[in-house]
Amino acid sequence: MRKIDSRMVLIVVLALAVPFMTAAAANAAGKTLKIAIVAPSASNDLAFTQSIVDGINAVKKERNIEVAVTDGTFVVEDAAAAIRDYAKQGYDLVLAHGSQYGGSLKEIAPDFPKTAFAWGTAADTFGLANVSSYEAASNEGGYVMGVMAAMLSKKGSIGIVGPIEVGDAKLYVDGFIAGAKAQNSKIRTNVNYIGSFSDVALAAEAARAHMSAGSDVLTGTAQMVVGAIGAARSKKAAWFGTQANQTELAPEIVVASQVYKWEVILRQIVDDLDKGVMGGKKYAITLANDGLVIEFNSAYKLPAEVKQAGLDAIKGIKSGSIKVGQ
Amino acid sequence: MTFLRSKLIGLLIPLCAVLGALLIGAIMLGTIGANPIKGYGTMISAAFGNMEGLSNTAVKSIPLLLVGVGICIAFRASVINIGGEGQMVMGALLSTIAALSLPDLPSVLIIPLVLIVGLVGGALWGAIPGALKAYFNVSEILSTIMLNIVAVQIMNFMLRGPLIDPGEIERGTRIPQTARLPGTTDLPILMEGLRMHAGFIIALLAAVGAYVLLWRTSLGFRLRSVGFSREATRYAGIPVRRSIITALAFSGAMAGLAGAILVFGSESHRMVTDGSSTGFTGSAGFNGIVVALFAGLHPLWSIPSALLFGGMLVGANALQRALQVPSALIIALNGLIVVFVVGSEYFSHRSQREREIEPIETEKSTATTTGAMTKTGG
Amino acid sequence: MDDLFTSTILIVTVASGIRLATPFLLASLGEALGQRSGVLNLGVDGVMLLGAFGAYYTVLKTGNLFYGIWVGVFIGALVGIFYAFITVNLRAQQGVSGIGIYLFGLGMSDLLFQKLVGTPRPILPFPTLEIPILSNLAVIGEMFFQHSLIVYIAFLLVPVATFVINRTTYGMNVRAIGENPEAADSLGVSVAAVRYSTLIIGNSLAGLAGAALAIELGIFQQNLTNAMGFIAIALVYFGAWRPLGVMAGSLVFGLIASIVLQCKTLGLIPRSASDLAAMAPAIITILALVFVANRFRQPEALTKPYIRG
Repeated sequence: MRKIDSRMVLIVVLALAVPFMTAAAANAAGKTLKIAIVAPSASNDLAFTQSIVDGINAVKKERNIEVAVTDGTFVVEDAAAAIRDYAKQGYDLVLAHGSQYGGSLKEIAPDFPKTAFAWGTAADTFGLANVSSYEAASNEGGYVMGVMAAMLSKKGSIGIVGPIEVGDAKLYVDGFIAGAKAQNSKIRTNVNYIGSFSDVALAAEAARAHMSAGSDVLTGTAQMVVGAIGAARSKKAAWFGTQANQTELAPEIVVASQVYKWEVILRQIVDDLDKGVMGGKKYAITLANDGLVIEFNSAYKLPAEVKQAGLDAIKGIKSGSIKVGQ
Repeated sequence: MTFLRSKLIGLLIPLCAVLGALLIGAIMLGTIGANPIKGYGTMISAAFGNMEGLSNTAVKSIPLLLVGVGICIAFRASVINIGGEGQMVMGALLSTIAALSLPDLPSVLIIPLVLIVGLVGGALWGAIPGALKAYFNVSEILSTIMLNIVAVQIMNFMLRGPLIDPGEIERGTRIPQTARLPGTTDLPILMEGLRMHAGFIIALLAAVGAYVLLWRTSLGFRLRSVGFSREATRYAGIPVRRSIITALAFSGAMAGLAGAILVFGSESHRMVTDGSSTGFTGSAGFNGIVVALFAGLHPLWSIPSALLFGGMLVGANALQRALQVPSALIIALNGLIVVFVVGSEYFSHRSQREREIEPIETEKSTATTTGAMTKTGG
Repeated sequence: MDDLFTSTILIVTVASGIRLATPFLLASLGEALGQRSGVLNLGVDGVMLLGAFGAYYTVLKTGNLFYGIWVGVFIGALVGIFYAFITVNLRAQQGVSGIGIYLFGLGMSDLLFQKLVGTPRPILPFPTLEIPILSNLAVIGEMFFQHSLIVYIAFLLVPVATFVINRTTYGMNVRAIGENPEAADSLGVSVAAVRYSTLIIGNSLAGLAGAALAIELGIFQQNLTNAMGFIAIALVYFGAWRPLGVMAGSLVFGLIASIVLQCKTLGLIPRSASDLAAMAPAIITILALVFVANRFRQPEALTKPYIRG
């Protein structure tokens, strides 16, 4: 009797354990996770939206997920409608990829407790159980490139073109300036927030104005920055890029780009979701977790000591010896 | 009988034009690899196929209807108002300020108050170009376009500065949005679980009100006669300058109301900007012009016109989600439909004119004269 | 404040203002011509976008900037023919059909860009063309004579346009048709033919403006023009339908925008006020029009389709 008992116990235990095991491997075994992304600009903007689309595509190769993307929704109400729509359609995870979507997400998420939401770039989960937030520590890469920019600038003046002084853009610019000043406290850093995410012509003129004011190294962020890169190219100023690898846009002048590898945290989010964690966590891509990578343009003749300074800065930030302030 | 026939032709010809444009749209869909029938089917079912779709369409059509109604008033007074975007923004901004500053009042009081403030905000932004035209002969096309730019910058300044959510400053993120507006200002939802809110009723009432204004009041008569002939109106002793300002003020008021409703009926219940006007309005300040012109500048016909246009916008979003067709295709298609329909009026006018020769010869009743009057007034 | 008044900055400001004004000038000249003959075209922005994409795509595929420019002009001409057919032959309402063209151009350029190009690749802009001798003059040289070919073409068009409008038979016909088409018709001038010509030329200029913009920026993007076309239309009114006036308007707008930009670059405008500064061009344009005695009225027949009685 006892022998049968222990075997039966074993069978029962195994029988109970199996569902848990399959749940954990659900993703690999066949349950497809439906993920939706709502983003404000085009998927091929070589900047903000492109970075998340590239990220999810990378994750798609490794996990069993189904992806739907609604891009170009710069009208906040339309984005809100899309988020709500995806949730209603039963998507498991909805990524609200835009800081301006936060207010809407706060109202929508409570209506769909079974759906997981992620808001980026942000660091606030509204205290809701099904909302996570994700951001990029773009100030880290900004710092590294600021150090290199300060060394590279022969005229001692750097020009920065930004959209609006908010969120990710502000973080990057502040980090860049911090790095430049840390390298050379006398360097001039001129910042122009042109006031729009989409005015390409204005970004180009802003870059030109920087160069006329004496800047020979430029940087900038957000999707309208392609105009600035074009202007920098015609006057042969050096360019540091962010959000995506911008070498293609101007191979002669792009020194390096801080590439957002969102897949690093997207994997974490998907895995957490598998484990049943619907939200409440704050994710961030950093240099340390390789979510942020500085990709150098091999075609650009970068002096060795400048590159070394950059690599040292990366090491310093990763190890914590350099603190990039907020 | 002939009257009915001409009305039928009047509907049939634009319909053929729409179908022609849709055919070209189908070709475009096919060229990019999407099944046109499936595409159009998705659009129609998303916009009108179920309660949720209808509710989304209705919500989308609110600013279109309001701006369109405003355009009806302005264009009938022969004033071209291209400032809908700026007037919506100013109406939204002022009503948001009101909502943030007014003391705690119950919904039934505060909602009308903030909406009226929105009306006033838009009216002011319309009256300025009106006054510039009336007293300085500055073209309203120029001033309304320029004031659109000014309005956007004022909005950006306010939302990044004085009106910014204090929570944003605390967190250091500085997203240009206001705090969550008081719950008492939320427009009541009309149907459980759907997005349609009282703003729709308000828009419908505004359309009716505009109809009454234009055809049943002496003010409306004055506005229409200024549109018909400024000289004749002046000769008749009607103050032309005031009428121009009034027309633009009314037009702006409608747009301002649309802006206010957008804020208080929004998902986020706050005002947020991405730096542009269309990011807030969804180009309604602009599409409203098309809505009005499709409706023959008639406020009541603007209602179906706005619903159709709204349906198209909802359908476009659904098409993008379902078949990954860029919404740009629908925008281009909208343009084609507009051009085709407006171009097709030539054919309906021609056939209408041919048919009216008969009634004048054979029937000498008041029916003909009223027929002629509605034609010139329409 | 001293920073702003160094000669380098002044030179740069003026040069930048001229550059910013160029697309406005081209599109505005075209619209002015059309309006002078009595036709309003609100679709300028759409034509600019189509011309911009056409030029960008052509340069991307062929590497030849001049082909790109020609394609932009050609696309503008095609739209001009189409628009003329609609407004002249079909006598459609001009305001709304113009907006239809705008929507079509906006959507079509975006769609073609997404489907034919995908991820944007840059193209090389026009090289600067330095006018021999003149470009070496002290201050003026850098301000006026070191621009790209398109800038020179745009500004040279102004005296050409003035001459054509005021001193040729064609120009006289255009003006007559804009004021009183019936009278012109009775004198044997073909209203339709002249309007077709002004719309084709006008829209070609809009296409050229778009092409110039795309090539100057070296890239294309959705809604590249960002409502520039509408400002160009407004400037027609500012310039009282005269080429010189239109040029003045474009320069006012461009220079103010340039000044604001320089001030921001030099840190003279606090970030909190930068939005208010951005509205300067618009406000100054309105004020300028208010205070400059506005003695001109619009062409009498503007927006009225002509029906041969």
